[in-house]
Amino acid sequence: MVKIDFLFYLSAFLFCAGLLIAVTKKNAIVVLMGIELMLNAANLNLVLFNFQKKGLEGQLFALFIIIVAVCEAAVGIAIILKTYHYYHTAVPDQISDLKEKN
Amino acid sequence: MSAQEIVLYLLVGFSSTSVLVILVSRNVFYSALALLSCLISLAGIYGLLSAEFLAITQLLIYAGGVLVLMIFGIMLTNKISGKVPESKSHNWVSGILLTGSLFAVLITTFKNSIIPLQSPDLNTVNPVKQIGIELMSTYVAPFEVSGILLLVCLIGAALTASSFKKNANG
Repeated sequence: MVKIDFLFYLSAFLFCAGLLIAVTKKNAIVVLMGIELMLNAANLNLVLFNFQKKGLEGQLFALFIIIVAVCEAAVGIAIILKTYHYYHTAVPDQISDLKEKN
Repeated sequence: MSAQEIVLYLLVGFSSTSVLVILVSRNVFYSALALLSCLISLAGIYGLLSAEFLAITQLLIYAGGVLVLMIFGIMLTNKISGKVPESKSHNWVSGILLTGSLFAVLITTFKNSIIPLQSPDLNTVNPVKQIGIELMSTYVAPFEVSGILLLVCLIGAALTASSFKKNANG
């Protein structure tokens, strides 16, 4: 039997680091990585809270979060590729036109 | 200190250092590889906490799928002819203020409110079988809905990323 309280601090740290990555980085793909990190921190938290009870609700919730995160990553990268095709940049700050230049 | 505890501390240190590498590094490839090591060590933590199904899912989906997608994205959105794919950063002061205050709030909340947790006995629980039963009985509705969600997002991502030109009247 191991005390695992300190893993809550790990999940808080992961969440804050993911938020910092999403806020400070300029490349859109690195921003996506930060969002994935935040989702992972939430997953770790759910798995830990699962041990307070007998059931498996936390793990199943984490499983569904993983599924939604995969969908989000796939669609996000597709959108980044499409905007790169139009604007020739992956930096969201430089994308300032709503419509394609003609 | 048992062996399980030592491995747990090692995995925690590994994941937090790789997160710091993502924060500090300017090369996007290095960030992707550091994210990979962070996800793998998180999968190890899940495995140590006897959530084996989640650990395997994390390895297969995140480390195998999402990371490959991200590396493809990096390669397709950077002209890699000799120079490194760089990621600049900005807003450091306000970002650190924001996340530092959030971190302080989270830490104090956890300190004041946590019921002490013990890891479960590794030999008695068998959650994989139980997860299968639950997925097919109690959670069958979200299971089916997530199948539809995956299909929709597959078609949507493929259509969005393809260079398919619409007709003038379509």
